[in-house]
Amino acid sequence: MLLHQKENRYLRIGIVLTAIVTLLAVVGYVWTPYDPTAMNAAAKYLPPCLSHPLGTDNFGRDILSRVMQGTGTTFFISLCTVFIGALVGVIVGALTGYFGGWIDEAIMRLNDAVTAFPSILLALVFITLLGFGKYNVILALGVAFIPSYARVIRSEFARHREMNYVKSARLMGASHGRIMFRHIMPNTLPVLLPTLVIGFNNAVLAEASMSYLGIGVKPPDVSLGYMLSESQSYMSAAPWYMLFTGMTIVLLILGVSLIGEGLQQRGG
Amino acid sequence: MLLTMLIVSFLAFLAFQIIPGDPTNTILGSNATPEKVAALRAQLGLDRPFFTRYIEWLTNFVQGDFGKSYSYSMSVTDMLRDKLPVTGLLTLIAAVLIVVISIPLGIFVAEHDGGALDRGLTVVNQVLMAVPPFFTGILLTYVFGLILRWFSPGGFVSPSVNFWGSVKYLIFPAVSIALPRIAMTVKMLRSGILAELNKDYVRTSYSRGNDRHETLYRHVLRNAVVPTVTFLAMTIADIVAGSVVIEQVFAIPGLGRLLLSSISNRDYPVVQAIIVILACWVVLVNFLADIINQRLDPRLRLQ
Repeated sequence: MLLHQKENRYLRIGIVLTAIVTLLAVVGYVWTPYDPTAMNAAAKYLPPCLSHPLGTDNFGRDILSRVMQGTGTTFFISLCTVFIGALVGVIVGALTGYFGGWIDEAIMRLNDAVTAFPSILLALVFITLLGFGKYNVILALGVAFIPSYARVIRSEFARHREMNYVKSARLMGASHGRIMFRHIMPNTLPVLLPTLVIGFNNAVLAEASMSYLGIGVKPPDVSLGYMLSESQSYMSAAPWYMLFTGMTIVLLILGVSLIGEGLQQRGG
Repeated sequence: MLLTMLIVSFLAFLAFQIIPGDPTNTILGSNATPEKVAALRAQLGLDRPFFTRYIEWLTNFVQGDFGKSYSYSMSVTDMLRDKLPVTGLLTLIAAVLIVVISIPLGIFVAEHDGGALDRGLTVVNQVLMAVPPFFTGILLTYVFGLILRWFSPGGFVSPSVNFWGSVKYLIFPAVSIALPRIAMTVKMLRSGILAELNKDYVRTSYSRGNDRHETLYRHVLRNAVVPTVTFLAMTIADIVAGSVVIEQVFAIPGLGRLLLSSISNRDYPVVQAIIVILACWVVLVNFLADIINQRLDPRLRLQ
């Protein structure tokens, strides 16, 4: 009973926090209080006030508007990254785990070698090869995260392969594709869902790091990491810039990780 | 382990061979004459077959010769010589912080499971895990660098000039790297110990008259710490990747900054060398963790 309440609490707080940040991002796509790129020499370095709730930056741009837009970019990139990584990862993991054999061995060896690189480094290498910009970040991160999904899904499929319900399905003449995706796939969800959530968080963190380093999104695109690197130069004149941008990242990651925690506890 | 390193080195070499764009472009500029390009290709050895170059590169690499930088006419080994100790020192301080703080804290929290302190720390932990290291770094720079003036941001001194000055400067970056990882390790150790405490042998130990403390230290820890050691190894291996970002925040001239500038300059021999060194480091740390775990739990030796 106690555990049950705790699980709900993680999930509930997580969903609330994530909803706030998501709302910020979604609204930012259609409406921002000011034009995020409009400069205003008369309103430089304004501390938070009524007309600019989060203050203004070195060009007099409204920080709330920029945070809304930046969150949107970060969100978009992270979602696409998770989609690419998970899609390819699940297919590779399912095939290798289900069929096994020497191809499975070979791919898993390769997987071991690739995971020897921290994924952010892998993304750095890809971005070197591809060049900078929003879509290249998505591609680089998506590819870099494939092995982590493939590994999880593979072990699930390998575990289920010999189970009785799969054997029965096979005896009933179900095709391999049907067994994999209609029978086994739903059973991997308790493991897959938290993995996706954690993957989203890693993507947020990686995107923020890359944009912070100046090898991620390019202007006019704004992302939270890019804003953070901008704000660092004006830290003493406008500390709120750095503070609010960073806090948004923290809220996003915290919310999503709490959801992941809740899901994991529910899964077992 | 060797096989993994070999695959990694091959992938790294391959990746920089199949990229579009010829390094001669970077060196000579786009309006060089074809004769000059051909001469340079021969000089760099780019005209020879792929596998010959890979074998040659690998033999040189093992002997500590990492080739020549494209952007600076310097050997990569020389470029790395004064960067490696800086990142090494940063990694060491961060690793020490993580191990020294998280293990006692994790045990303590597990021992007082359910208490007010445990619950409080769990909340703090969840929040700490969500703070990206570079944001911690910026906050620390702001609070301790600009307001309290405990250190001057950007005033890094090389460890070969002033070792303790260097260590002092690296404390804050190391803390930024360590904080979220400490939080993760504590959480991991705590849940590991608590899961272990539910097992049958714990009840047996109680029934033989041992109290919670004795059971914990004599029997449970040895088992519970195994996954944590694996996790710590991954974490410590990961610090080097994290330091790429942190070195930028604190303006530390280490491996990470060199990697970044080499990426921007498309200086592939340098990028290649750093990537392979880091990958070897990761493989090595994981290997050491396996050995430690086999000592802790002899059952693992059979696998």
